[in-house]
Amino acid sequence: MSIVTVQLGQCGNQIGHEVFNTICGDVHGTHGLCSKKENKSYHDACKERFFSEEESEVPVARAVLVDMEPKVISQTLSTAARSGSWKYDDGSHFCQKQGSGNNWANGYSVHGPRHKEVIMNLVQKEAEKCDRLGGFFTIMSMAGGTGSGLGAFVTQCLRDAFPTSFILNHVIWPYGTGEVIVQNYNSVLTLSHLYQSSDALLVHENDVIHKICAQRMNIKQISFRDVNQVIAHQLGSVFQPAYAAEGGSQYSRNPLGDLMETLVPHPEFKMLGLRNIPQMPENSLAYSTFSWPGLIKHLRQMLIANAKMEEGIDWQVRPPCLGSSVSSSHSTNKPLHFNTSIANLVILRGKDVHSVDLGSFQDPSLYTCWLNPQDSFNAWKTPRAFNKYEKSTSLVSNSQFLLKPLDNVVGKAWNMFASKAYIHQYTKFGIEEEDFLDGFTTLEQIISSYTNL
Amino acid sequence: SRTGDDGLDIYKGKICSLKARALLIDMEEGVVNEILQGPLRDVFDSKQLITDVSGSGNNWAVGHKLYGCQYRENIVEKLRKTAEHCDCLQCFFIIHSMGGGTGSGLGTFILNLLEDEFPEVYRFVTSVYPSGEDDVITSPYNSVLAMKELNEHADCVLPIENESLFDIVNKIHQMINSGKLGSTVKQSSLVTSSASSAKNVQEKPFDAMNNIVANLLLNLTSSARFEGSLNMDLNEISMNLVPFPRLHYLVSSLTPLYTLADVNVPRRRLDQMFSDAFSRDHQLIQADPKHSLYLACALLVRGNVQVSDLRRNIERLKPSLHFVSWNQEGWKTGLCSIPPVGHSHSLLALANNTCVKPTFIALKDRFMKLYKKKAHLHHYLHIDGMEQSCFSEAISSLSDLIEEYNELDATKGGPRIDPGRLKIAV
Repeated sequence: MSIVTVQLGQCGNQIGHEVFNTICGDVHGTHGLCSKKENKSYHDACKERFFSEEESEVPVARAVLVDMEPKVISQTLSTAARSGSWKYDDGSHFCQKQGSGNNWANGYSVHGPRHKEVIMNLVQKEAEKCDRLGGFFTIMSMAGGTGSGLGAFVTQCLRDAFPTSFILNHVIWPYGTGEVIVQNYNSVLTLSHLYQSSDALLVHENDVIHKICAQRMNIKQISFRDVNQVIAHQLGSVFQPAYAAEGGSQYSRNPLGDLMETLVPHPEFKMLGLRNIPQMPENSLAYSTFSWPGLIKHLRQMLIANAKMEEGIDWQVRPPCLGSSVSSSHSTNKPLHFNTSIANLVILRGKDVHSVDLGSFQDPSLYTCWLNPQDSFNAWKTPRAFNKYEKSTSLVSNSQFLLKPLDNVVGKAWNMFASKAYIHQYTKFGIEEEDFLDGFTTLEQIISSYTNL
Repeated sequence: SRTGDDGLDIYKGKICSLKARALLIDMEEGVVNEILQGPLRDVFDSKQLITDVSGSGNNWAVGHKLYGCQYRENIVEKLRKTAEHCDCLQCFFIIHSMGGGTGSGLGTFILNLLEDEFPEVYRFVTSVYPSGEDDVITSPYNSVLAMKELNEHADCVLPIENESLFDIVNKIHQMINSGKLGSTVKQSSLVTSSASSAKNVQEKPFDAMNNIVANLLLNLTSSARFEGSLNMDLNEISMNLVPFPRLHYLVSSLTPLYTLADVNVPRRRLDQMFSDAFSRDHQLIQADPKHSLYLACALLVRGNVQVSDLRRNIERLKPSLHFVSWNQEGWKTGLCSIPPVGHSHSLLALANNTCVKPTFIALKDRFMKLYKKKAHLHHYLHIDGMEQSCFSEAISSLSDLIEEYNELDATKGGPRIDPGRLKIAV
């Protein structure tokens, strides 16, 4: 099954490009420390998933590029073509000239309806190229105007046009101190709208990735390209082919469906966080070895303590004791800082994956009580190493990972909303105060739901 | 825009088929004629000019009411022609002075006209405000009358004061001539230079001063013209820096003022560039944003500067700046890959800050000094369409604006009251 990627706005297009680059680099770069046969299966599965074979010599990414100004798409298309190993379909993009001005209302209420037909035609074309459509993967930032506003509108259109397809929104959380002054407003509007049409939101926070670049990758002068490459690596570690079932003979054909099934049992809980270890500079890879028990131990503690990377983990945090007399749905009984999960997915790639013991992730005390313990946890594996890492493991988690960031964004947005600052910029394009209030209400509900796990 | 498709675009190394998307308007001919005979004569053509002979006599009413009425049709027609050449018209830049008659009067008339004829297009106004020692006696009248128009019809205003430009020019001059610098200064990097060298500063001080403003506008549009990892367009500037419609006055600063010839730029010097952007003597008006209240701040960086440099400096400078309670992290940032000519990197800072208030208060005071004595009023009132109420409304508009800044200043340093969040029934 194939995934159609929709790249929205500057951020969406810049990240999308790095994702395809990473995936391509992974497939062609190494033999993956596995058998030739395994490698070929992996290669074929990856190709079917992300690329279409056309008359051109290089694989063509299954993607639609959308932006309201031309420079980024133009650069993205040409950089990809210059790589010589893959490219975008020359016709699969749409742009305008004036941009969205960081204005969610402009993106959603003006550009959306105005360009709906053209954009959905491009999506339809890409969807038809797939033998079997596995769903949509949209990439956008919450902070700006196009990715956020037009992105929310397009997601709604995708849902309307493809009611039975899976839609996963990859959402970039902006830096806490300023990229865009109205970023918190844009975020509230984006998240509340996406929640209605999307199946799940997979979140990356710029602050977190920036720290990884500084402390794990040792990059001195961190650029957005560096940040995007880490994000692309993390996404690749989730979406490159893997076996979803123990003893499976084929790479999973339905990654988005599998993801939703394992991680999103209830429509009120759609916020997914992502962790990937180990992370290090490429030139250190040859000198580092890791053991699976070590990696699993660290990953589990990162989950429990809500650590963003593999250093500075708080090892004092422990799961609550099971069998306590008070009902476990009461959040006050949980130890402080303990991150409660609804469901988790661990993905293992590389040497000796079949020997890995994942029992510690199946501990019921990690989870809320309303799912069967065996349904709360899943694992995907492949012996094929990813992106030059001899061993690599990722965690996709539906847990309280994003509770604090969400609460922060809503708090700041509410603070600004109380003064009515900037509201006139939104009402100018048809988003009224009531629309903001609806957004706040939706998000406060989500915060409350996750808090009371 | 390009003139026809045939013909050479580049001849003898110079681009010769580009025409400025511009209208040059003056009610006397001297300045425009000089431009048309100078090195830019091929960039403008006669279809883009509107001139008259007698000038406006430093009288806002003559510019706004008399010439406005007279030239309205002509102006609209030329604007439409110029707009037709645009695939996508996003913004008008109006560049004028406040103290005279044409720029101030006819300029603000055109501002009104643009709002009527092209309501969807942004209006950015670069206004040169008169200094205290201005030799035009009626400049306070002209400025305050123009301010009302700017309050009501501009999307963003970038006030400029000649005193500040002059100080910057002198500062550069002193640095070059004092011999304090170890290496030589790159001539092309001077924020005051274009083709003329520093030697000419003494002869033509306005050229050097005007170049600073030109560089301001270049930096403002750099992200729209060149690629970068975080683009910042003009409509984004308006969106992020104008929290309430009338509070749209942005204090600007440009750094560095010059670059030394050595190529390696240590991080310390990069950080110095950020510090300078907030210093009093780099602002283009007489203002000190550091000691007043920020409503919003934008940083547009050009050249070899990455997001980590930007973040490091915001973290470093934030504690010493005062932001309004509802916008504690009010930063808008942009990264453009291409630096200005002669530089490896540069920074434009735009601040929506209450430090503009003193400029407006001084203007009001100078106005009242004249108005109380009814000095020179008759020159204005005898123009058709001009009445006493124009003056009283104008000063009232300015007073209201000053009061809005006062109210904001009153909140500075006060306790932070977080509004209670929505409560959800569990």
